[in-house]
Amino acid sequence: MSTTATDTAPATPAETGQGSKFSFGVLQFPGSNSDQDCVNAIEVLGHEAHYVWHKDDQLGHLDAVLVPGGFSYGDYLRAGAIARFSPVMQSLAEFANNGGWVLGICNGFQILCEAGLLPGALIRNRSLQFRSEFVHLATVNHGTPFTRAIPEGALMRVPVAHGEGCYFADETTLSEMEANGQILWQYATADGKVEDHANPNGSVRHIAGICNANKNVAALMPHPERACQGLIGSDDGQWIFRSLIEHMSAKA
Amino acid sequence: MKAKIIITPKKAVLDPQGKAVLNALEHMGYEGVQDVHVGRFLELELDGDRAALEPKIEEACHRLLSNPVIEDYRIEWED
Repeated sequence: MSTTATDTAPATPAETGQGSKFSFGVLQFPGSNSDQDCVNAIEVLGHEAHYVWHKDDQLGHLDAVLVPGGFSYGDYLRAGAIARFSPVMQSLAEFANNGGWVLGICNGFQILCEAGLLPGALIRNRSLQFRSEFVHLATVNHGTPFTRAIPEGALMRVPVAHGEGCYFADETTLSEMEANGQILWQYATADGKVEDHANPNGSVRHIAGICNANKNVAALMPHPERACQGLIGSDDGQWIFRSLIEHMSAKA
Repeated sequence: MKAKIIITPKKAVLDPQGKAVLNALEHMGYEGVQDVHVGRFLELELDGDRAALEPKIEEACHRLLSNPVIEDYRIEWED
């Protein structure tokens, strides 16, 4: 958190897990651009990350998979629409359906929605502008594998960089998601108010990130992996990765 | 043979592009335009039996060419 910025030196697995090193896969599509940031975010926490090429139809042995940001396949047709049919996504769907941990970021969120692994869709920002700026995220549900380490009431200061990040789902779906605790993060002002002017893209209910009903697949439009070291402006994004690592350690 | 596919945002979905175009038309003095919906147009050039192709193109529209969560589509066939 900004107010409790931690040392930016790489943490040891003992600090972020319980002695075991976890192996993260980071998918790479033509046009991915946050893949290296994702690898860095995991390495900063003392765990391992490996790239998985979009043509690979095997994920290999992985504890969790990150679907990174970028403009996969040029985002032609719709953002994420073509990526979802790549060979690696067929393996990812199987991994997710077997309970594997999956986190999508930005374009990764769009891909997971297109693939039907998450409800809803991401459409053009209401402002029609590409938004590249820092936002504040309020955590709605602290009881998930992706949020459990985030301190209650804490805001995360992380960047967004997208033109199609306006989350949409119909009212029935939204109500189900809300009742089931699937809305994980909302855009908030610097003092924690969830309001229109804090919302960079016009998402319904100010939604920044969600998870599936089983709570093993989550995604968000902002970039926590670009906010993992104080040196580059914020390390608040670490809390999401720390949450998952903590959860996997508890399960191990 | 061609399949012309017109994809438009669902009514319940925000269409900021449509709104921007509507505003521009109003500013330019074009009266009587009530609303604008901006979508996509795809033209598929096909070879084969239309009866056999129709269900496949429908399926492609549903799986890839449109996103049923946010978009509607219609197909116009041309021989």
